[in-house]
Amino acid sequence: MPHAVPRHRPIVRITHWLNAVFLAGMIGSGLQIYTAYGHIGFHDDTFNVPNPFDASRMAIPQAVKLGGWLAGGLRWHFTLAWPFVLTGLAYVLFLVISGEWRALLFGPRDVPGAWQMTRYYLRLRKDHPPQGKHNPLQKSAYTFAIVLAMISILSGFAIAKPIQLSFLTSLFGGYEWARYWHFVAVWTFTAFIMAHVVMVFVADPASLRAIITGRYRGRHTSHE
Amino acid sequence: MSESSRIIARRDFIRLASPAVPIALAACGWDGGKHLQPVFDKVIAANNSLGEGLLAVRHAEANPAQIARGQMPSYFVSEGMPTIADPSAWRLEVGGLVRKPTAFTPEMISTLPHINYTITHHCVEGWSVVKSWGGVPFTTFAALVEPMPDAKYVQFDSFDSGYMNGWDIASAMHPQTMLADAFEGKPIAAAHGAPLRLYSPIKLGYKLTKYLTKVTFTDKKIGGYWEDRGYPWFGGL
Repeated sequence: MPHAVPRHRPIVRITHWLNAVFLAGMIGSGLQIYTAYGHIGFHDDTFNVPNPFDASRMAIPQAVKLGGWLAGGLRWHFTLAWPFVLTGLAYVLFLVISGEWRALLFGPRDVPGAWQMTRYYLRLRKDHPPQGKHNPLQKSAYTFAIVLAMISILSGFAIAKPIQLSFLTSLFGGYEWARYWHFVAVWTFTAFIMAHVVMVFVADPASLRAIITGRYRGRHTSHE
Repeated sequence: MSESSRIIARRDFIRLASPAVPIALAACGWDGGKHLQPVFDKVIAANNSLGEGLLAVRHAEANPAQIARGQMPSYFVSEGMPTIADPSAWRLEVGGLVRKPTAFTPEMISTLPHINYTITHHCVEGWSVVKSWGGVPFTTFAALVEPMPDAKYVQFDSFDSGYMNGWDIASAMHPQTMLADAFEGKPIAAAHGAPLRLYSPIKLGYKLTKYLTKVTFTDKKIGGYWEDRGYPWFGGL
């Protein structure tokens, strides 16, 4: 068995798991709020955007909603929003101060590596390409998750305060579009979480232990 | 305990604990219970103050240059649509902490200077419509009744089975807040709050009292029909 190496600092592990709880609460209460009017756009009007989750197509199961009814969902959502933003800020601040962003953020230099990783996953390449803390595809996914969080937070403020923060709302194309982007962010987050969890178990189960204990004893120790 | 058996024990724990996830999810009608409800109350109260602060600092106005979109649904809490038997006998009583309490007749209101705008309406449910509204700015009524300096809140009462709302004075005095008697270029219909309703593009729909009977300036923070049932009190946009 490979020997354990330090992988995640306490601040990363704490913010990761807090974020998991807060994000789950935000999605659950958000779906509860969405149910009050399960369509995008103006009331009883056409607004041609793709929405597979439109209330006319499917009902969101009660089991994944949080709050019981609209006001209950609003109370959860507008309470959890703050710790969700704060843990996100704490994590990003840590990335900046510690310099960890270099190992995490996807940059132009990662493009060839991302191609090699894709080839490896598609079985076009037998050996796992050498990698640092995260491989280039992981970097692209984690960078994307940070961008996604920023989009969901900003579009959330844009639909909460479309008059006082109208500059933000118009940045998203107006209230109806801001609400749409807020929901696109939810679906994308849900897809990301599913892929994230699947990849942990399929590609590198030792990473689950690492994000809990901080120590990594899996196959992909850093080549740097 | 050896290293490997400790790992297996941990795996067993995860395996044993995993059914708890769907059980926890099934409880998701959860309102937070008696421990979290007070936390919600505190945070939501802070959100309300933040909304008031934002209004005080930015005091933005909604952009009125828009084209009508969507259908404005009719909404009231009474069993049937609230109407008055004799519209000419209806009065709007404006009083409370004011120097000149006044009962406004329909004729008095119709002679006051009106404003009109076509503007986005936001419902707490998430939908919006763009519709045009006409009425008398709230500030006009305030100027006539002369509120006293300690009037920090306004209570709006209706004849819709006790539906009412409490407002902060700054939102009421916003230049786009009006008592509306026209909708889509016509005298307002019973479906939308005739003979007179509160309207403002800076508040969510549930703050906009229809079927008005009374406006009371007060120094007490007044709740509201939906606000007392859990919707945010400030309801500002």
